[in-house]
Amino acid sequence: MAYLELDRVAKQFGTQTVVDDFSLSVGKGEFISFLGPSGCGKTTTLQMIAGFLDPTRGAIRLEGKDLTAIHPAKRGLGIVFQSYALFPHMTAAENVAFGLEMRGVPRAERSERVRAALAMVGLAGYEDRHPRRMSGGQQQRVALARALVIKPSVLLLDEPLSNLDAKLREEMQIELRQIQRTVGTTTILVTHDQNEAMSLSDRIVVMSQGKIEQIGTPQETYEKPASAFVSQFLGKTNDFAGTIDRTVAPTQLVAGSWRAPAPAGLGGPVTVSVRPERIGFGETGLSAKIITRIFQGNHWLFQCDSECGPAIVIRQNDGKAQPAEGDAVRLTWRPEDMSVRARAGA
Amino acid sequence: MSMAAEERSTRAPWVLTAPALMLFVGVLLIPLAMTVMLSFHDWGQYKGVEPVFILKNWHEIATDPYYAEMFWRTFRIAILTTLLTALLGAPEAYILNRMSGGWKSFFLLVILGPLLISVVARTLGWALLFGGNNGLVNKLLMSLGAIRSPIPFMFTETGMVVALAHVMMPFMVLSVWAALQRLDPQIENAAMSLGAGPATIIRRIIMPQIMPGVLSGAIIVFSLSASAFATPAIIGGRRLKVAATLAYDEFLNTLNWPLGAAVATLLLVALVLIVVGSNALIERRYAEVFR
Repeated sequence: MAYLELDRVAKQFGTQTVVDDFSLSVGKGEFISFLGPSGCGKTTTLQMIAGFLDPTRGAIRLEGKDLTAIHPAKRGLGIVFQSYALFPHMTAAENVAFGLEMRGVPRAERSERVRAALAMVGLAGYEDRHPRRMSGGQQQRVALARALVIKPSVLLLDEPLSNLDAKLREEMQIELRQIQRTVGTTTILVTHDQNEAMSLSDRIVVMSQGKIEQIGTPQETYEKPASAFVSQFLGKTNDFAGTIDRTVAPTQLVAGSWRAPAPAGLGGPVTVSVRPERIGFGETGLSAKIITRIFQGNHWLFQCDSECGPAIVIRQNDGKAQPAEGDAVRLTWRPEDMSVRARAGA
Repeated sequence: MSMAAEERSTRAPWVLTAPALMLFVGVLLIPLAMTVMLSFHDWGQYKGVEPVFILKNWHEIATDPYYAEMFWRTFRIAILTTLLTALLGAPEAYILNRMSGGWKSFFLLVILGPLLISVVARTLGWALLFGGNNGLVNKLLMSLGAIRSPIPFMFTETGMVVALAHVMMPFMVLSVWAALQRLDPQIENAAMSLGAGPATIIRRIIMPQIMPGVLSGAIIVFSLSASAFATPAIIGGRRLKVAATLAYDEFLNTLNWPLGAAVATLLLVALVLIVVGSNALIERRYAEVFR
C-alpha cells in the first residue's frame, strides 16, 4: 500500500493552473525526485504536501489519512529549504533543538538527540556556532539535521543543493543519499538538476507546465522517455524525423537512408529519438558529415550534419581510429536503442 | 612613488573633503562651540549678556528643582512616546510586510505620506480635534452627551505623548520594516514545519530578529522626541514646558541667552550620552545575529 499518496492534486492561482492532475504513490522509505524546469509546478506540489499551500482539487494522504486536514505545524514533516531558513539568532544546537522543544521532548533527551543529529551530518563540535558564522555547506547540514532530528514521516527537500558550488554539491549528494539510506526516511526532492535527480532517486517524476510527463526509475526515464520533453530534458538526445511506410511488407521505418522494421502500433510520420552514445559509425544508415570533433578524454564528441538535421554522436575513447572533421559517415544504431513517437502536424 | 606624488596623495583627501568640512565647521561646530561658551556668560535684566566666565547658569540649573522637573518631564515624555511608537509601530510594520503587493505599497504610502506634511500642520490637527470646547471630537462627544466637559488633551503630557507618537510613527515603522526585509522569507514556514504555532513563531523567531530594528527605531524616536520643539510648543504651550521650549523661551522671551544656552547644551550632552550608550549596548547584545 502506498505510504504517501497524491490523488489528482491540482493548484490554481486565480485562473492560472500551476499544478494539474498530479497523481503519485510513494512507498515507505522511497527517495523520489520532482524534476523539471523552473515554473513547472514542482515546488508548488512540495508546498502542498508541506501544507504551506492548499490544493485546489484532489487529495493528499499519508498512511491513508487525509493530510490536507492537518495543520502544517502538526504534519510532522521535515523540510529543508533552498535558503536553509535557519534561525540566525540561535546556535546550531538551538536550531536543531527547536523542533524537539516544540514537541515537548525533555531537556536531557533533547540534548542527546541534538548531539547525535549534528554528529550524523558531520558537524560534531559545531553546537555553539551561529549560522552566520558557518559556510554554506555547514548551514546546509544544520538544516538537514534540524529536519531529521524530529524523525519526520516524510523528508521534503526544496532544491537543497542549488546554493552550493559544484564540488561541494557532489559531496553532499553522496552524503545525502547515504544518510537517507541509513535513516530510511521517505524523501521527496525538488530539483531542476537532472544529474542530481538521477544519482539520488529511486524514482523520478518529470514535470513540465504543471503536468507529470513521466514517472519512472532514473534508467527508465533516460532510456525510455515517454515524451519529447523528457528526452530533451534528461541528457542529450537526437530527434530525427521519420515515416512508417505501411504500404510495403514487412512495414518499414524510414529516416533518410536509415531503415528498420517498423514497431507495431504506429503509422505515418514519427519522431525517432536516439541517445548520442548509442549511435555508431557503419557501412549503411543515415548519411552525415562530421562538422566538429571534440576530444574529451574518455570520449569523443562529434557534431554532425545529417540528412535528417543536426546530430550528436558520442564514442568511447577505446583507442580505435575515429573519423576526422569533414568526413562523410553513415550513422547507425540498434532498433532497441531508439524510441519512436508519433509526430504531429507533419 | 616620487615625493610630489606622495604629497599629492596625502593632500588629495583633504582637498576633496574641504568644502563639506568647511560647511560642517562653519554651520555646526562653531555655533555649537559658541553656544557652549555662551552658557558660561553672565546676564542681567539691564546689563544684558556679559562675556565673562562664571558658573551661575549651571549652578542655577543644578540647584533649582524647576529645571530638574523640566528635564525629567522631557525624558518621561520621550520615553513614553518611544514605548507607544514601538508598541504600535512594530506590529504595524509586521502586518504591512505580510500584505500582498498592491495593498502593501498603498499602506506604505499612507504611513510615509505624513512625512511630507509639516509637523506643525500635523500637530495642529490634534489641536483642532481636541482643543478645549471647540475641538471637533470634544464638541461631538459633548453634544451626544457622552462627556460633560472636554477631554483634557491640550496642555497635558498625555496629549503631548499622543501627538508626538503620531509624528514619530513613520521612523519606527521604517526602521522595523528594514529589519523585516532581512528576514528569510521561508523562516516562518520553517518554524511552522517544526511544530511552532503562530504565537510561538512571533515570540521566538520574529521578535528576536526584528529587535535590533525596534531598538534603532527607538533611538531615533527618543532623540527626536526629547529635542522636539514644534509639537510640545503647540500642545504644551507656555503652560507645559519641556527642555526645548524652555531654551526657546529663555532666548526669545526672557532674553536670558546664557541660561537658554546652558539648557540647550545640557539637553544635547544628555541626549548624546543616552544615544551612544544604548547603541553600544545594542551592538554588543545583537552582535551574533547581524554579523
